[in-house]
Amino acid sequence: MVEFLAACVVAGTPLVLATVGELITEKTGNLNLGVEGMMLMGAVMGFYTGLHTASPLLAILSAALAGAGGALIYAFVTVTLKASQVVTGLTLTIFGTGFAQFVGEPLLGSMAPSEITAFFAKTTIPVLGQIPFIGPIFFQQDAFVYLSYMICILAAVYMYKTKMGMNLKALGENTGAADASGININLYKYAHILTGGALCGLGGAYLSLVRIPIWQEDVVNGRGWIAVALVIFVAWNPIKGFFGGVLFGGLSIIGLRFQAMGLGISQYLVDMIPYIATILIVIISTHKKRKESQPPGDLGNNYFREER
Amino acid sequence: MKKLLAVLMALAMVFSLAACGGGGDSAEGGGADANATKVGCIFIGSINDGGFSQCMNEGLEKAAKENGMELVKKENVSDSDKQASREAAINLIDQGCKVIVGCSFGFGEPMKELADSGDYDEVTFLHFSGNLQNETNMENFFGSMEEARYLSGMAAASASEKNVLGYVAAFPYTEVQIGINAFTLGAQSVNPDVEVKVVYINTWGDAEIEKAAAEQLIAAGCDVLTYHADSTATQLAAKDAGIYTTGWNYDNNVAGENYLTAPYWDMSAYFTPTFKAILDGNFKPTGTEPFSSYGSMASGLICLDELGSAVSEDAKTKIKETQEKMKAGEFKVFSGAIKYNNGKDLCKEGQTLTDKEVWSINGEVEGVTATSNEKK
Repeated sequence: MVEFLAACVVAGTPLVLATVGELITEKTGNLNLGVEGMMLMGAVMGFYTGLHTASPLLAILSAALAGAGGALIYAFVTVTLKASQVVTGLTLTIFGTGFAQFVGEPLLGSMAPSEITAFFAKTTIPVLGQIPFIGPIFFQQDAFVYLSYMICILAAVYMYKTKMGMNLKALGENTGAADASGININLYKYAHILTGGALCGLGGAYLSLVRIPIWQEDVVNGRGWIAVALVIFVAWNPIKGFFGGVLFGGLSIIGLRFQAMGLGISQYLVDMIPYIATILIVIISTHKKRKESQPPGDLGNNYFREER
Repeated sequence: MKKLLAVLMALAMVFSLAACGGGGDSAEGGGADANATKVGCIFIGSINDGGFSQCMNEGLEKAAKENGMELVKKENVSDSDKQASREAAINLIDQGCKVIVGCSFGFGEPMKELADSGDYDEVTFLHFSGNLQNETNMENFFGSMEEARYLSGMAAASASEKNVLGYVAAFPYTEVQIGINAFTLGAQSVNPDVEVKVVYINTWGDAEIEKAAAEQLIAAGCDVLTYHADSTATQLAAKDAGIYTTGWNYDNNVAGENYLTAPYWDMSAYFTPTFKAILDGNFKPTGTEPFSSYGSMASGLICLDELGSAVSEDAKTKIKETQEKMKAGEFKVFSGAIKYNNGKDLCKEGQTLTDKEVWSINGEVEGVTATSNEKK
């Protein structure tokens, strides 16, 4: 049981990072459907840098920059040029996929150097790792997983406990009012969309650097879309984002667990559960109209100051 | 103005995508001669994917070189998109290709349509897998991979201490189940008590899911793994856990010391004589069902990689003996009394399955735990 829950955390980590990235983006009022593309860009650049420099830190940095680079295209087109967010996001997914294939073509089949794999090997955190039950699940993981814990906590503190976090919320709820109150709209949008993209890039790099350190096409395989759904599922809350990511990660492998144990539960049925859960959550939260589980008020609307 | 710029930006993204993806044609290989016969090859993946497409490509390169032919390649062609694969084939023919090789199941239908259309009678269509052929210019080919699977099962059982082997499998359908059954029978020939646990992942290629499945099998007590899926993720999982694994498809060891062996294809064993027959004008599909050409260990299409150090000397000798018998045509995997794990007969005492009967296998043999059991 414990080792299965630990596997859920691992399977959930790319989802957690991408979900937190996307929810930070959406808090600015911008819906970026390019998560899948940014994850792939992060995956391929992280791997490329890791392969050529053998430095885990440079690899992580490069993955974050690649994700942020994808987000920069998106931010420029939607924030500055005010083009359709949905279309731009979708195009970014297609672009990111092509980018990863283009950069990844000569890397196919190459293996990340041992410095990288050794750095991301599982390490037990002293004291915490010894706690019964909790320890083996959460604190006997790899460095990247610990990074994702820190990111979730930092994001929550930032969003709920700082003035800038409050400004971010105001921006997403009512961009016009935020603008009138003196918040630098474009700076906030750019900063958070880029941060969100960087986290998506890290999510992709977890797959290519830690889980499958041999480059192959389409390592992300639709996980970006699950992250987009997860943002709704976790109601734009980074702490819930962590547990939601782990839950969905767990659901993606629980069918395999059943099979390995010889239980005859249809894999197809299990594969549907995350989506059914998301639909239910959306229905319930819309029905209950709970303020904190609603999307940011101005989500998806481009802001034209002149048109106010 | 800004809106116009936005549109231009979006267009720029689309075009840069077209420039990145797509996988253009590349003419290379074999004959430097400008008059060399051109062979058009349609691959589902990239030719350096370290797996199936690379294995195909190497066989084609070798065969083209031997016969002085030139290869024109189209990579990353979706085999679920009939229109795209049809267009790829027509485009290759327009470039002067006299032979079209389709390297994935889904290319079969569009190839058959073209072969039967009457417009391309001078072109020969060679299709891997599937069941489509005609009497003049289309042949499908495959091989008795069960032979190499059987031998790899022997290697796996000899390296296992817990007598529980794990099998990461793509889909519960015949080709995969032939492999599972052959692997299990091979393992049982070394150790009758061995158990094979199968996890179906319902995808050909999702490396992360493949690795997760392998990890769940390890957690369920397996100490040797094997797989029938696209990536080498299962090998990685075995290496991380310090247990043994076999490879698959292509002799690509990423598990180092933990690698036992791999069943793989040497496609040149098919392409070299077939290309020669085409050049000589002697090519004719055999009309045998389900495959017009069915290679084997004896023909050289089906191979087993070198055995790793974890396979005992005793087992090595036994495996080599069985392999020699297969090559001599004296050993068939599906022969004698074999039962499915739901109690039904797969093969009766004194019976040897024909190739057609092998290709109607539906289910796993005794000794296998797999949840597709419940459906029957």
